[in-house]
Amino acid sequence: MSLPTYATTTEKLSYWGVRIFSALVLLFLIAPILVIMPLSFNPEPYFSYPLSGISLRWYEEFFLSERWLFAIKNSMIIAIATTIVSTFLGTLAALGLTMARIPGRPLIMSVLISPLIVPVIISAVGMFFFYARLGMTGSFVGIILAHSVLATPFVIITVTATLSGFDRSLLRAGASLGAKPQTVFFQIMLPLILPGVISGALFAFVTSFDEVVVVLFIAGPDQRTLPRQMFSGIREMISPTITAAATVLIVLSVAMLASLEMLRRRNERLRGIKS
Amino acid sequence: MTSAAELTIDGVPLKQRLKRTELRQKLKALGLVLPLFIFIIFSFVMPIGTLLMNSFVDPGIRNLLPATVEALVEWDGKDLPPESAFAAFVADIKINQQNGTVPLLGKRLNYEISGIRSKIQNAAKKIEKLDQPPFKSAVIAMEPMLANTSTWVIIQRGHSIFTPNYLLNALDLKLDEAGQVVAMPEDRAIYKSIYLRTLLISLTVTLATLVLGYPVAWLLANLPTRTANLLLIFVLLPFWTSLLVRTTAWFVLLQDNGAMNEFLIALGVTNEPLKLIFSRFGTIVAMTHIQLPFTLLPIYSVMKTISPSYMRAARSLGAGPTYAFVKVYMPQTLPGIAAGCLLTFILCLGYYITPALVGGPTDQMVSGVIADAMNRDLNWGKASALGAILLGATIILYLVYDRLVGIDNVKLG
Repeated sequence: MSLPTYATTTEKLSYWGVRIFSALVLLFLIAPILVIMPLSFNPEPYFSYPLSGISLRWYEEFFLSERWLFAIKNSMIIAIATTIVSTFLGTLAALGLTMARIPGRPLIMSVLISPLIVPVIISAVGMFFFYARLGMTGSFVGIILAHSVLATPFVIITVTATLSGFDRSLLRAGASLGAKPQTVFFQIMLPLILPGVISGALFAFVTSFDEVVVVLFIAGPDQRTLPRQMFSGIREMISPTITAAATVLIVLSVAMLASLEMLRRRNERLRGIKS
Repeated sequence: MTSAAELTIDGVPLKQRLKRTELRQKLKALGLVLPLFIFIIFSFVMPIGTLLMNSFVDPGIRNLLPATVEALVEWDGKDLPPESAFAAFVADIKINQQNGTVPLLGKRLNYEISGIRSKIQNAAKKIEKLDQPPFKSAVIAMEPMLANTSTWVIIQRGHSIFTPNYLLNALDLKLDEAGQVVAMPEDRAIYKSIYLRTLLISLTVTLATLVLGYPVAWLLANLPTRTANLLLIFVLLPFWTSLLVRTTAWFVLLQDNGAMNEFLIALGVTNEPLKLIFSRFGTIVAMTHIQLPFTLLPIYSVMKTISPSYMRAARSLGAGPTYAFVKVYMPQTLPGIAAGCLLTFILCLGYYITPALVGGPTDQMVSGVIADAMNRDLNWGKASALGAILLGATIILYLVYDRLVGIDNVKLG
């Protein structure tokens, strides 16, 4: 985009004004992430620059200490189980929602999406009350259920979006050529909607892996997760290990962003073949 | 030829056959949705229902003083209750003393009669030794609070497991002795300021994200796609980084001797470190950072659909650049502004982690007060009532959002 030749002074000013302003805003967006990463290599236990050297001290603490390893392990168990449960249930529901006109669809959709809208503190407190009655607080099952609830809306949204671009005549074509319904599903439909399902699964994984509020309320000491450990790392001890933990999680998000982008491109390419 | 005459290969009318197939399809679809629906009802809707119930159901007094509330049923509430009620009270207190539940009773009564907690505990020790009537005069002499009609009115109300008190208190209201809803005395009306603070912080953050996000969205929408996609990474990367990680980053940055203060001192803005963390400023900066992509992205996607020819047409018809922008371009971006700002505002209302970690300890938002009621005061009724009010506000705003934007249009970047 360049300025037209008839540009007035105001336009020239705003042209550069918007550019400089936007650069500053983008800097504001990225700065915290860029600032915290080098700090994780600080040999001193401070949060300030300049660094007196480079050290892997906090990474050693993060990857080798009993406390953090335990948290990482718990987070992995919970996030993987959550991903399986929510991807399975969410994909089935998305298939159902797009397959036929179900009576009361808007209401069903609102209920299914509601965990996304309700403030997480309310979900956490409510789950604490209800799960405590069933003896499910302080258990992995309880947290996995809770995290699956929070993660399924993401699966539904991504898979429904993929399905809305899915050409149903392919299914009829498959059926008319003599394929059984399950063959049609696994051979034709699933490969085409797989990018959507995988991005839903990624969302589910990250939702669980990042979640702290519900864990604060319904987890016991045996289910201490990585975010929970970070939370107390900030609140109780202010250990610089949190900078290492944050950096690892940022790298994880970058990896996820890259995979999502790849899936999006693949999806576009697949649709490109179709049209 | 009527449609009834059209038969399928096995002799069934086509219409009927089609209907049946359609029904089967519907049932199949329902069957696919059902597992998740049941799952959500069980692990989410029922917990929320429990919270709502806890905001107005509390069998506490009834469970702890069963005989007393029964004996008070007939009492008219004018003078002190009769001897029989006091006898029942003494019996109940003795049972509580045995079970060790007196502190629980004290805590429960203290929600409604401030300062009664320790007095009940002291009185209970003395009551334990009472074994002969008349109980009424003995109890009254023991503790002036128990000589108050109002105390007994509260206990009498405990007969019902339903109590409006938690919800009323959360709105800075209370029931007076005559059962009328009245305003809480000034010194105990604390929630109004919490709601106002929550609204103010949410509004400030929403406005800040709009002011910061709008020009960036415009630039991104008008740059060549390649450059825009590259710059979009700056928006998306923080968007995908977890809320806790970004709060952690701000926690580190805003320290008294942290990078932000070093930067400000280097710039010469200030000579000594400013108080950035544990303040309103910290909360607003961190929340604005976290919410910015939520406001920016919907505006960006709307701006991308606006054809540049509108602006060119306006200019060619003689409008100045500012006039054309305000009168022609901006109105077209309103749907994006509404969607982005409303989403950010709704999400802001429920913020907990960020104010808890970088905000001032006395500057908490509603969610923080709910968490404190749960963890510190152990007052579940209060937490539930505040939760119910926050939930109500969120749902109303969400319905507005649904009207304006539509839940099916929620996009994830």
